[in-house]
This record gives sequence, C-alpha cells and structure tokens, in this order.
Amino acid sequence: MSLLAVEQLDARHGLLQAVRDVSFTVSEGEILALVGANGAGKTTLLRSISGAHRTTAGRVLFNGNDISAVPPSGRVRLGIALVPEGRRLFTGMTVEENLLVAGQTRRSGGWNLETVLDAFPMLRPCLKRRSGDLSGGQQQATAIGRALMTNPRVLLLDEVSLGLSPLAVNMVYESLQTVIASGATIVLVEQDLARALRISTRVACMLEGRIVLEGAASEMTRERVTEAYFGLRRPDAGSAAS
Amino acid sequence: MIWADQVVQGILLGGYYALIACGLSFMFGVMRIVNLAHGSIAVLAAYLVWELADRLNLSPFLALVAVVPAMAAAGWLLQRTVLDRSLRSGALTPLLSTFGLAVMLDNLLFERFGADTRSLAPNIGDLAFNSWNLGAVTIGQLALLTFGVALALLGGLQLFLNRTPLGRAIRATADDPDTAELVGIDARRAYAAAAAIAIATVTVAGAFLGMRATFDPYTGPAQLIFAFEAIVIGGAGSLWGTLIGGIVLGVAQNLGSQVSPQGFLIAGHAVFFVVLAARFGLAGRDPRSLIRALRKAPA
Repeated sequence: MSLLAVEQLDARHGLLQAVRDVSFTVSEGEILALVGANGAGKTTLLRSISGAHRTTAGRVLFNGNDISAVPPSGRVRLGIALVPEGRRLFTGMTVEENLLVAGQTRRSGGWNLETVLDAFPMLRPCLKRRSGDLSGGQQQATAIGRALMTNPRVLLLDEVSLGLSPLAVNMVYESLQTVIASGATIVLVEQDLARALRISTRVACMLEGRIVLEGAASEMTRERVTEAYFGLRRPDAGSAAS
Repeated sequence: MIWADQVVQGILLGGYYALIACGLSFMFGVMRIVNLAHGSIAVLAAYLVWELADRLNLSPFLALVAVVPAMAAAGWLLQRTVLDRSLRSGALTPLLSTFGLAVMLDNLLFERFGADTRSLAPNIGDLAFNSWNLGAVTIGQLALLTFGVALALLGGLQLFLNRTPLGRAIRATADDPDTAELVGIDARRAYAAAAAIAIATVTVAGAFLGMRATFDPYTGPAQLIFAFEAIVIGGAGSLWGTLIGGIVLGVAQNLGSQVSPQGFLIAGHAVFFVVLAARFGLAGRDPRSLIRALRKAPA
C-alpha cells in the first residue's frame, strides 16, 4: 500500500483551474520530483496535499485513510509536513523558536532540535537570531528544519532553490542529503531539472494543471522531460498518470 | 513641587491604564480584533467580584481567584462561538459583533443591578485610602499595588509568550495563522487561548477599577476609550508599549488637571490625537501601512 495517494484531484484559484484530475501515489522512502513550468499547478498541488489549499474534487489518502477533510494542523499531526514556497518563517521569532514551535506536535521520531542542527550545521551560530534577519540559505534551512521538527512521514518541499544563490542551494541540498539518507519520503517541487532528476527516484512533469509525464527518474532523459515541460510532447498511455 | 506629585500620580495612574489596556492590546496583536466590548467586560468583572465579595463577605482579591478562571472560560467560549465566525467574515464584522456584545452587556448589567453606582473600596478597608507621604510626593498604597500588578501581569505575559509552548504557538499564530497550521498548530485553539488570557487580564483590571473608583453599568465605554488611547500611544500589540502608553496618558491627564478641571480629559485626548496624527503622517495614505504604524511600538 502506498503511503500517500492523490486521486483525481481538482483545485482552483477563483475561476482558474490550477490542478486538473491529478492522480499519483508515493510509496515509503520514495522521492518524487514534481517538475513543470511556472503556473503548471505544482505549488497548488503540494498545498492541496498539505491541506493549505481547498480542493474542489478528488481525494487525498494517507496510509490508506481519506484525509481530504482533515485541516492542515491535523495532517501535520498525521505526518505530512510542507516546506512552503517563500519559506514563510515566523519572522518575529528566533531560529530556535521557529524550530521549537514546530516540535510541539509531539509526533515521535528521530528529529529533534539536536538532530536538525546536526543536519543543518549552518543554523547553529544563528539559533538566537531573528529568522527575518537571516540570509536566504539560512532561512531555507530553517524552513526545512522546522518541517523536520514535526517528524513527518512525508515531507513536501516546494521550490527549495527559489531565490537562493548557487552556493546557498548547494549548501541546502548538501544538508538535504542527510534527510534523504535517513529514508525520508519526499515530494519535491524543483525548477532545476538536472538536480531534480539526480535527487529523485521518480519524476512527474506537470503542464497546465495535469501530469503529462511520469516515470522512474533513472528512465527519464533530460530531453524527454523538457519536451513534456514545454508541452512539445503529448502524453502517451504508458507514461502519463492521468 | 505640586507638578512633581502630579507626574508621580500620572505614572501610577498609567499602571491602571496599562492593566486595562493589556488585554485589548493582546487581542489586537494576536487576532487583529479591536474588542469594543473590552470596557464592558471589565465592568462585568467588577460586578462579579463585587457580588461575590458582598454576598460572601470575601476580600475582592479572594473573589478574583474564582472570577478570573470563570471569565477566562467565558473568553474561550466567546472566541469559539462569536469572534471566530466574525473573523471569517472580514475585518469589519468583529467590530460590529463586539459593539453588539458591549450594548448587550451594558443593558444586562443595568437590568440586573440598576443604575446605582457601586464600589469595591469598602471591601478593601484602609488600602483604599492609605498612602505614604514622601515630602512633596504622596504615594497611594492602592495605586502602587495597581502599578505593581500591571508590571507583574505584563512581565508574566511576556515570559509566558517567550518561554512556554502555548505562548510560542500564540506568537506563531499571531505572526501567520496559515503557516502556523502548517507546523501543526491549531490556529483556532491558539486564538481561543489568547482570548481567554485577554479576558482574564481585563477581569483583574475590572476588579482594580472597582477598588479605585465607583462604577455603574455604563462605565465600560469610558474605560474602553482610555485603554484604546493607551495602546495607540504605546503601539498596539506591544505589551511594554502599553505600559508606556498608559503612563504617557496618565501623566498628560494629571498635568492637564492642574491647568483646569476639564484639562484631565482634554490633555489625555490631545496627546492621543497628536500621536495618532504623527502615525498617520508616517504611514501616508496606504491603509496597510497605517495598520503597521499603529501596531509599531515606539522606540
């Protein structure tokens, strides 16, 4: 049984349908990269899974249970954590407070303040600094660390590298390797195709709210994904999930 | 030297204003609600303490031990049943619903207790009028106690917000309720806890109102105005700013009373309008920046 399943999900932004009839599953320990152009519906899809965006149709199943009606805080307690686009830190609070406030969900697991700091050593010197005063890389590390503090079973990462310098992106991804090595289940939205293919076990490409290409990362070529990314290639029965 | 005495009395009066403004400021800081029933809730608390103290011949301080938890529970319920729904309907609805609540409370109190003025001063004995004479300056024991309670309450709240899990959850929710939900905080529960705390603090303020002055069912709106002036002067949402705002208001009122009997109210309102105008000036015409300016504590 898959850990996370999305079935025929629809989500709208007012009149605009951002996600159309999307279905996919994620198994324990899998890393699914969602790629696609701006406006393809990746962020809305992640927010719908986390409960932050209201869906108009379809279901989200977690561990076999329908959680479509569970509020975002309830989904966190079940084990789904989102690192939102733009980090969305509590800027009036220190790094330590940002991490501790997420640790209050009391889900059991291996992540706590010490293990998060071991995974993201760049946070150690700035624990007592207000999160709003940090660099982009430090803020992203805090946002990922904050999500890890909830001890998630599925980690949803939205645009980890957005707005970061190449050096900061490398540092954040280096730390993410520790998270991946711990056997985490991850759904990742990433604009950097090469990095997405390298880090993931499976790739799904979205176009205009639909998944138009899906398959094992090892079987995907950059050209194939790029064609689907720009809509140059129509989905075929074998590769598209929906 | 009378001016020095008036400044000291103004500072002590500021302690009472900080006490009554603290809950209003806290509620605005966390939920962005201006609770127009705040003054009426203080008067309701004063009546509850008076009723208990009078019927059971209790000290008002002992009566507070029973009234504070009851009022905190009522605050929780108020948030879950009225304010939560109001918040979902836009910024204006909480104003209207709390205004309605104030009218309802005032008239229910009038129905129950009539128009007679009451006071808790007879229930606290000598504390109501005892003072220390320090030459040119006189310090009332009740005024000093009020100031001390205000300091303890503000300090306690600050510690609670910074050091406890619930306090951090309330701060996170105040910062960004949607993101708070994404880290497992039930924003509605955090709001309800904040409302309970705000109503508990105004209950304490209501008891001190009853000890230092007389009150009747329609005393609430005036208390709301003083509380509102204190938080605008000090920066809405800032706990220690509330104390500074209360002191500035109290000192202005006391110095104004030295000029003319009407000067007490006029000087207070004048300082409030000057600060408000300065903040309007700094904020420009953008309503969002005005709200930010109102919330910003003075340097």
